[in-house]
Amino acid sequence: MSVYEPVIGLEIHAELLTHSKMFCGCSAAYAQAPEPNTFICPVCTALPGAMPVVNEKAVEHAILVGLALNCTINEMNQFARKNYFYPDLPKGYQISQYDLPLASNGFLDIPDESGGGVQRIRVRRAHLEEDTAKLSHEGDHALVDYNRAGVPLLEIVSEPDMHSVESVLAYATRVRAILRYLGVNSGDMEKGVLRFEANVSVRPTGSSELRTRTEIKNLNSFRALTRATAYEIQRQTQLYENGGEVIQVTLGWDDLRGITVSQRSKEEAHDYRYFPEPDLPPLEISRTRVEELRTRLPELPEAKSLRFLQEFGLTVKEAALLTSEKSLADYFERTVALSKSPAKTINNWISGEFLRYVNDLGLDLDGLPVPPENLAELVDLATGKVINDNSAKAVLKEMFQTGQSPKQIVEAKNLAQVSDEGYLEGIVTRVLADNPKEVASYLAGKETVFQWMMGQVARLTKGKADPQVTRQLLLQGLEKARKS
Amino acid sequence: MDLYSLTLREAGELLAKKQVSSLELTSATLEHIHRTDASIRAFVTVSDETALAQARQADERRRRGEMVTPLTGIPFAVKDCISTKGVRTTCSSRILENYLPPYNATVIARLAEAGAVLIGKHNMDEFGMGSSCENSAFFNTHNPWDLERVPGGSSGGSAAAVAARMGTFALGEDTGGSIRMPAGFCNVTGLKTTYGRVSRYGLIALVSSFDSIGPMAQDAYDCASVLQVIAGKDPHDATSLSAPVPDYLKDITQPVKGFRVGIPKEYFQAGMEAGVESSIREAIRKLGELGMEIQEVSLPHTKYGLPVYYLILFAEASANLARFDGTRFGLSVSEGAENVIDLYLQTRREGFGAEVRRRIMLGAYVLSAGYYDAYYLKAQKVRTLLRQDFENAFEKVDVLVAPTCPTTAFKLGEKTADPLAMYLSDIYVVATNPAGVPALSVPCGFSNGMPVGMQLIGKHLSEDLLLRLGHAYQSVTDWHKMRPGMIQ
Amino acid sequence: MKTKESPKNDFTIDTEMVKHVAYLVRLGISEKEAQAFSPQLTEIINYFHLLNEVDTEAVKPASQISAIRSVMRTDQVRPSMPRPDFLMNVPHTEGNNVQVPLVFDEE
Repeated sequence: MSVYEPVIGLEIHAELLTHSKMFCGCSAAYAQAPEPNTFICPVCTALPGAMPVVNEKAVEHAILVGLALNCTINEMNQFARKNYFYPDLPKGYQISQYDLPLASNGFLDIPDESGGGVQRIRVRRAHLEEDTAKLSHEGDHALVDYNRAGVPLLEIVSEPDMHSVESVLAYATRVRAILRYLGVNSGDMEKGVLRFEANVSVRPTGSSELRTRTEIKNLNSFRALTRATAYEIQRQTQLYENGGEVIQVTLGWDDLRGITVSQRSKEEAHDYRYFPEPDLPPLEISRTRVEELRTRLPELPEAKSLRFLQEFGLTVKEAALLTSEKSLADYFERTVALSKSPAKTINNWISGEFLRYVNDLGLDLDGLPVPPENLAELVDLATGKVINDNSAKAVLKEMFQTGQSPKQIVEAKNLAQVSDEGYLEGIVTRVLADNPKEVASYLAGKETVFQWMMGQVARLTKGKADPQVTRQLLLQGLEKARKS
Repeated sequence: MDLYSLTLREAGELLAKKQVSSLELTSATLEHIHRTDASIRAFVTVSDETALAQARQADERRRRGEMVTPLTGIPFAVKDCISTKGVRTTCSSRILENYLPPYNATVIARLAEAGAVLIGKHNMDEFGMGSSCENSAFFNTHNPWDLERVPGGSSGGSAAAVAARMGTFALGEDTGGSIRMPAGFCNVTGLKTTYGRVSRYGLIALVSSFDSIGPMAQDAYDCASVLQVIAGKDPHDATSLSAPVPDYLKDITQPVKGFRVGIPKEYFQAGMEAGVESSIREAIRKLGELGMEIQEVSLPHTKYGLPVYYLILFAEASANLARFDGTRFGLSVSEGAENVIDLYLQTRREGFGAEVRRRIMLGAYVLSAGYYDAYYLKAQKVRTLLRQDFENAFEKVDVLVAPTCPTTAFKLGEKTADPLAMYLSDIYVVATNPAGVPALSVPCGFSNGMPVGMQLIGKHLSEDLLLRLGHAYQSVTDWHKMRPGMIQ
Repeated sequence: MKTKESPKNDFTIDTEMVKHVAYLVRLGISEKEAQAFSPQLTEIINYFHLLNEVDTEAVKPASQISAIRSVMRTDQVRPSMPRPDFLMNVPHTEGNNVQVPLVFDEE
């Protein structure tokens, strides 16, 4: 065990899917804007005299997320001005929340290191704010596009409860899944709708002190998140081991070079000079409203995962994978419902071959060429030994390519497994007779030759031989040869 | 007959009877402005063409028998912090010297819909920061009663314009006395509305928690007519009040017997100019004659009004003015700028005057980490006590009466050397804004030849009562009818 | 919430502090200007220490006691401002973008 353990907190910025922006009626679909500076108005471009008005849908989305993260939804919450200067912030302040955030004191249980139990990551708060404009650097100058300025943003802040890169990934994955489950964020990190900031420090293992932390900003993929966090843990550990000190800085992640780089030229923290936003009256969220929204929560990943454990006898890891996307979990359940095979078997198929095709082909789980009833049929054919596993894999590939049902494909390609012992016995006999050297080799103790002989039977039966029957017959045949 | 001197009510009647057209009225007003404003300098922009076009439209509307309002065809101008689409809006600052808003403030839209005719924009203290109009980056406005004296501020241009009959009414804006104090200095009637009664959308913000747009005109009746059009909830302004807008003219002529007047004793302590005090006392006596009951009340936290007001002002203004950065509008000083920070530093240094710079620096200071509790938060707490003072007083009386300023208009240059001295002249008007309550300033006499203003302060949403009291007082006095010598 | 210890009455805003707060609000300032502002800002702030006389231990800030609550709007897209209306006032444009000088550093 390492002398130092990591202490990591995560800040997640999630754009909320609404039609209009957080504080004005401009379209929030900035990615679809035909040109820069199209979805703009006096409010989001901060013209003199403009004033914000809160988007009720953004508040609703935020409450749902807060509930999903087991937070208290604060009855009275207030917006605040976060003051700083940067060209992508037209007002010279961001309307955010400070003293009285929308949600606080929540938690998320994620699989712990061993994958067997759970660890609780506390969520300090979730609050609403607005996104900045898009800044593009062009050498000696920069360009600003306000299409994105004012899009609703939810900032979710965890406590520094994560002590490994794995748990960071697990937490981030789970939060993303929740956002997708709720339909409030697409989770598409490449498009920048979900961003991470990691606060990293290390301390002697077993101690409870909190040492100086650094902040790694703008991590826009799980890959960057894990790599950057791992690197920074290492860097700080080495610093301490060499008798050095960690300085509180803001860092960026250089993926090309694989290192964190200091970003702020001034190492002092920003003085944001927060004060309550006078243009927005406090938001009062009644208990009734919260409970009403609570009834609208879908079954969330954690609950679904637990249910999958109990109902289908899956492991924690298996359940976690299936519930990482609501559409995947729904697909799985539907398939189980339509199939006669055990849930475990279906899980093996889905988490294995099925997902491989889905990912390789870049498909969306909604509107797949392979609907659940087809997969159910395929799995049943395999467990019913109508086709063998190899054939089944081939059929699945064909199903993805053509959208046909497995029965159609099996008939068309005549893939039905051959289990007829009489027929197979003939093949086995022929293989043994044709390959005396290999038989002798096997009998002399070279067991790997057995697999080769299995392969020969498969070849001669065009892959349709039932492997179990073949194995049995081959063994019998070889034993007979030994005795003779 | 000088058409331009007519009150809104008088002009409205002539227009309704078609005895005069808006074109005639507006032209007369514009001609008068061009003759008179050279010495007063109330206007930053006079928009003759658009004014005449709007006047013709108003006449056409009337000719066609379409719906008209008491304001249809009436020429008016507004303080230059109110956004007027296509008409230069500067806040009397270099940083907005050539800014053309692409949208109208809600109040402008409402006045346009009512058919009023916009003739121009009034000079003011830069970004509303000042009490004399001497902080305008362009030029000083002169008090029409004595050109060597200030008109008051920050709505100095608006007050001077109405006093000199350059425009039938004006819209000013009161953050800490900015309508009432110049109204008092210039002998016009001005109304600081209840915070939230009139939409702030399009008003270039100074102190988001206090700013209140209000009418300035020759009398309370005119103010009521204007308020009727501009008041009411606006979906673009989340702080605007949903309370229904009463019919301000309905009860304005009713007697005021039996209403209770409170005289806040803290407002009558030493320091008032003798002539100011005697004018106010005489006015109070008149209110008694009208059948109102007079009693003394106390607003114990009065002396804290100034620090509460200014501390919150500094903080909010420093944030409100952050958007003036040379990137999207206004002055942009990019020569020699190696990076965007240089652009900000240069633009804001050149674009903002000294008083503005002082205040936003102080704003950054009072909000700074470590100082927030001691200054901003403290001020917000004492603000609660100021509100309670007014609430307690209004349990005993219906209206408070006080001077608008301890002195009459001072001379240009008299107070500019010491910023703090300038702040102290606000002492009577500065507590109402943190409390959000409305106040009407009416002329009530003269002292050393200069006008004295009296303010009637009411509780939250009591504009109808204040206007009624103002009208009653103006029915038995003539102060408001008097004109400066140069406008006879 | 406990209030912090209020600053002393003879608190000076010195030249260094003036330069610091000037930078916070991005005001370019010369040494001479900072020296000139220092006594003015000091005098003003010292006057406002008057507030220390008031006991506000049990008082809530006014920002929390106003009557209006929960003003929101429905999530509907409304027409945007025509781009030319916006670009018309922009000092430096590049195509449909706003152009600014070199930007370095995140925030």
